[in-house]
Amino acid sequence: MATLQTPPEPGGPLEPGATAEAAAPTLLTTEPVGGLPTFGGGLSGARSVRRMARAVTANRKATVGALILLFFIVVAAIPGVIAPYDPNAEIFPKLLHPSAQHWLGTTALGQDIFSQVVWGTRPVLLIAFGVGFGATIIAMLVGVAAAYLGGWSDGVLSLITDVLLVIPLFPLLIVISSYLHGAGTGVMILVITLTGWSYTARQLRSQALSLRHRDFLEAARVRGERARYVIVVEIIPTMTSLLVAAFLTNALYAVLFSSSLQFIGLGNPNTTSWGTMLYWAENNEAFQVAPLWIIVPGLCIVALGAAFALLNYAFDEIGNPALRPVRSMRRKRVKRSG
Amino acid sequence: MRFVLRRLGFFLLTLWVALTLNFLLPRLMPGNPALAVIGSYKGGVSPQALKALEAQFGFTTHESLIHQYFTYLGNVFTLNFGISLTTQPGASVARIVLDAVPWTLGLVGITTVLAFILGTGIGILGAWRRGGRLDSIMPPIFVIMTVIPYFWIGLVLILVFGVKLHWLPYFFTYDYTLTPGFNWTFISNVLEHAILPAFTLLITTIGTWILTMRNNMITTLAEDYVRMARAKGLAGWRIMLDYGARNAILPNLTGFAMSLGFVVGGAILIEQVFNYQGVGWLLLQAVNNNDYPLIQALFLLITVAVLVAILLSDLLTAALDPRTRGGS
Repeated sequence: MATLQTPPEPGGPLEPGATAEAAAPTLLTTEPVGGLPTFGGGLSGARSVRRMARAVTANRKATVGALILLFFIVVAAIPGVIAPYDPNAEIFPKLLHPSAQHWLGTTALGQDIFSQVVWGTRPVLLIAFGVGFGATIIAMLVGVAAAYLGGWSDGVLSLITDVLLVIPLFPLLIVISSYLHGAGTGVMILVITLTGWSYTARQLRSQALSLRHRDFLEAARVRGERARYVIVVEIIPTMTSLLVAAFLTNALYAVLFSSSLQFIGLGNPNTTSWGTMLYWAENNEAFQVAPLWIIVPGLCIVALGAAFALLNYAFDEIGNPALRPVRSMRRKRVKRSG
Repeated sequence: MRFVLRRLGFFLLTLWVALTLNFLLPRLMPGNPALAVIGSYKGGVSPQALKALEAQFGFTTHESLIHQYFTYLGNVFTLNFGISLTTQPGASVARIVLDAVPWTLGLVGITTVLAFILGTGIGILGAWRRGGRLDSIMPPIFVIMTVIPYFWIGLVLILVFGVKLHWLPYFFTYDYTLTPGFNWTFISNVLEHAILPAFTLLITTIGTWILTMRNNMITTLAEDYVRMARAKGLAGWRIMLDYGARNAILPNLTGFAMSLGFVVGGAILIEQVFNYQGVGWLLLQAVNNNDYPLIQALFLLITVAVLVAILLSDLLTAALDPRTRGGS
């Protein structure tokens, strides 16, 4: 039973690039407002959101990331206004070169590539945000509950998290999708969410663990609040910036995983999205005939992924000052030596 | 010792979960995969394979689930994975898988080692010359690199070096016209075919090594003993390697042990793009052909490789870092 009592060491396949585990404390420890429980949570939450907004505008990486993300959100919101044609209509001459009518040319099936790229934004963003929110909420509930409840519950919840963490995710997704035969956007969100929350749950748990003996939680406990109340109103609002980081991580993986699944033909091939575009492009030998058919959807995936990654990277820097660009540090060193 | 036992226990538990998932997934899914197979391959499935399929998916329900489960576990432990339905009808799954493994080990294994060595080295240098040219260029580039889907880099490289420039072959593991043999023509041909997929894998995985090493190195270089070493007037390279890198490399080392586990199933998409006949390519072939016995065996192989590697990396951490041994 020893395995159940003590949470396993952090030894899972933590993505080394994401150092968010170390991040955040500086940002999220807005002074705990213990006395006013009903306002307390809301206040500190709102305040850290404002702080984050300021941090985003102050950090160049974060600004770039936010702008790219905003761009894609606008495109996904009004594809009908931007795209000149119906993305599925196979009505044009096949494999046209780029022209004023068809900015990116046409596919081997006679569809307008530009219109497909524009319409393809929506499912990708839906998956990114769907999985981002879904997986982060599960991760939050599991991670925080494990840390706060401790003991036996922590043992079980952490064990579930760790088991899911070590099972290779992409092969698992492939196997599940192969049994599902053509997963649409909704199913894909569901599958990636249910399999992908464990990494961030791990991070959120260790953050919540560090809060466990803070005064404002002791105060809540002394007041006799129920565990559910303490978790939702007292703990979670203090973790806002870490939750944002978790959201970004999950959204990024959702973009990459879903596009990859669609590329190998495990999505619904009739949805227009960047991944399925690449699937059709590869199956129609687009290398030889229409390179833009491959290049543009891929660049879009990269740009969207970069948006999430840049925002996340910026949050790392905000939370972990040691990683910030050195300009200021060097100045300090010069001062010291001089 | 307690740590080792705990990790062993965790390994066995995850192994059991993976086995059970593999057993339950086809039975939990909406629709009956076995019936789907039979439907789509009417006449193409041999009676022998049909019987194997029955046993594997229990679509004849005259046996209880529990009974099927233990038959399945028995089969796995005796390494009896059944017969391929459609990929190579009638051939033993174990045989097909074993044929694919060396290709993947060669391509992905060597590339993983290369990426680790190069990435760690660049990370050390980057952190040492903090703010230098290398350090300011590398991180942003590799942040971008890590978000590029593997398969798309592969596609672009094919487009540039294969289709446009005709420098390198990009299809299959070797030239169809050659007969495999231990001679230079064949070996050089194999190597030539490995260049593009290996390069794709290298540039997509190296970023993680660089970033981890750099970030750890930066933390380590801020330690007092490094300042002490500087104060003593030690040579720069000694401080960098013996004081900095040596203490900062642990996460990279354990990460490396772990990534060895991902060698088996880690390059599925790259193998697919280049039609490189390894494990990942085979998995997707099996998926496209609804060859469920093969899918199950491959998923198990990929998972077990990862689990073993994680166990090893845990033990490595315990051996190298005394702090983790203390129990909780």
